[in-house]
Amino acid sequence: MAMKILVTVKEVAAVEDDFEIDGLAIDERYLEYDLNEWDDYAVESAVQIAEAADEDVEVVAATIGPERSEETIRMALAKGADRAVRVWDDAIADQQLLDVNAKVSVFEQVVAEEEPDLVLTGVQAADDSFGATGVALANRVDYQWAAVVNDLDYAAGDERATVRRELEGGVEEITEVDLPAVLSIQTGINEPRYASLRGIRQAQQKEITPFDLADLGLDAESVDGALELTAMYEPESESDATIFEGDAEETAAELAGVLRDKGVVGE
Amino acid sequence: MTEHDVLFVAEHRHGDLRDVSYEGITAGRRLADALGGDLHVAVVSGPVDRFAESLNTPEVDAIHTVDAGEEFDHDTYAAATGALHADLDPAALVFPNSVNGLDYAPAVADELGLPYATDAVGLAYDDGLTVTREMYGSKVETTVDVAADQFVVSIRGGEWAAASGAGDAEVSAFEFDEASVDDGSRVKGFEEVGGGDVDIGEAEFLVSIGRGIEEEENLDLIRELCEATGATLSSSRPIVDSGWLPKNRQVGQSGKQVTPKVYLAIGISGAVQHVAGMKGAETIIAVNTDPNAPIFDIADYGIVGDLFDVVPALIEEFN
Ligand SMILES: Cc1cc2nc3c(=O)[nH]c(=O)nc-3n(C[C@H](O)[C@H](O)[C@H](O)COP(=O)(O)OP(=O)(O)OC[C@H]3O[C@@H](n4cnc5c(N)ncnc54)[C@H](O)[C@@H]3O)c2cc1C
Ligand SMILES: Nc1ncnc2c1ncn2[C@@H]1O[C@H](COP(=O)(O)O)[C@@H](O)[C@H]1O
Repeated sequence: MAMKILVTVKEVAAVEDDFEIDGLAIDERYLEYDLNEWDDYAVESAVQIAEAADEDVEVVAATIGPERSEETIRMALAKGADRAVRVWDDAIADQQLLDVNAKVSVFEQVVAEEEPDLVLTGVQAADDSFGATGVALANRVDYQWAAVVNDLDYAAGDERATVRRELEGGVEEITEVDLPAVLSIQTGINEPRYASLRGIRQAQQKEITPFDLADLGLDAESVDGALELTAMYEPESESDATIFEGDAEETAAELAGVLRDKGVVGE
Repeated sequence: MTEHDVLFVAEHRHGDLRDVSYEGITAGRRLADALGGDLHVAVVSGPVDRFAESLNTPEVDAIHTVDAGEEFDHDTYAAATGALHADLDPAALVFPNSVNGLDYAPAVADELGLPYATDAVGLAYDDGLTVTREMYGSKVETTVDVAADQFVVSIRGGEWAAASGAGDAEVSAFEFDEASVDDGSRVKGFEEVGGGDVDIGEAEFLVSIGRGIEEEENLDLIRELCEATGATLSSSRPIVDSGWLPKNRQVGQSGKQVTPKVYLAIGISGAVQHVAGMKGAETIIAVNTDPNAPIFDIADYGIVGDLFDVVPALIEEFN
């Protein structure tokens, strides 16, 4: 039987330098959407396994996101994923903060539908950074797992993967993981490719299947998490930094003065 | 009564308790006080009796040791903390938001069917739990209410003071069914990475470059600055991820911890994992186009400006 890899991919927003908060969210005008950095690496890992395999390996991208996110999901298709599923629903849109529980309840059904051998997620989503979806999902669907993987030794068809988990302070843990498994992928594990023009053209033909909760046998309650976002604000600056004012020459001169004062550069 | 209690799980590696273990005691104590309950601390694997002695600070009410294996194994941790939770039935289960925390806490929360708020920088309890968290790379802070009597949270390192001193908590060995531990993943060993020709940890003056540099070719400009000033070159993670500099130049949680006399951060936003590696520098200087970049919160001096203007002018100063 051919192998299948499911990659969860999230469209995340980055905030511009100057921005305004509107209630519990940042005003749309100041947001720029892109594929989550960590997921870009996860897609690359999956596509590399598929490309190196003799047998057929299908790479399926899965997202929970509004219609707008299809543009971003197409980037994953342009980089080599074969098709995508996109889950969205009014009940999901109503949630200010989609908590880990809610996301895992959705992905649990996607896994039941797709029955992947391997699931790759990012370590964290760059926007709300729970850092929890992959490992919670593994527990829910009874897969093995490893979090913060920065090296993956796996060939399609193997019954286990050897991974390195990047711990703090430049220490790596080498671990064997039986399949089926969920791995949360760390940046730097590979060099994500740029989508080629050909890839972008091909991606237009690839399928993004939309699902709502009912399609997955879920209801509004299954995404109603216990976490509620109650405030968003700019953190009070704890800064007591001396900010040099002026043009580049003036500020550079001041900075040079500090460096000389501290005695780290010669006269 | 246990429904007001807090259970915190400590962390260790290669025979040493990690700092967050003592910080978690402080966070756990405050939460237990707000809840009106006791603080329980669990320590799993390794020399647990020695660990229990170190963790026995005045803030702690009870310590539970689980003698199983030497190093972290997520299946053992998940099974042991799950069993201990069932036994103690606490209101709050608190984990460190460390790399190993990321590897088992979500599984425990899911298995217990409890809501999970991660990476807390603040915890308050008043009729219900309110967690303070950051979003968008520390650009905004949020509060999140957790509508449940029992919950799981993970705490960010470095946000609470470390507990210290000797206490008189009761230490007891917790037995659980080790045969129930899954063995579908197995730790084979460890390796230290990031060695090599330079040790940025030794440098007195670091010029550190981040994603603001945009292109690999532009690194020459920073090299020129290093030459003109005698500084050693280091970087944030994306520069190393892109293969533009070797791993031994990376500052941060998963790179090196550095404590130079001067740390000049250029085009670095100041993400928590970066700051973890350089906040001990004597003087921190930041150059960044974004006046709201979190790096300015810890900087002593700053220039809000474009590095492609500022760096050439700075090189000029020393040539
Ligand atoms: C488990 C884990 C471990 C991690 N470990 C580390 C680690 O050890 N070290 C580390 O650094 N990161 C680490 N990270 C990554 C971290 O979260 C951030 O993604 C990273 O630090 C961001 O690097 P940066 O500041 O260079 O890039 P960005 O966050 O993209 O910031 C770039 C900055 O450059 C500024 N800029 C842009 N153009 C210019 C210009 N022309 N002139 C001046 N300024 C400009 C921008 O305003 C911005 O502030 C880790 C993440 C995880 C999840
Ligand atoms: N809405 C989403 N759609 C698709 N994938 C997601 C979503 N939220 C989280 N993920 C995946 O889970 C990883 C970890 O996210 P988080 O636990 O939210 O920090 C991300 O890198 C994604 O791979």
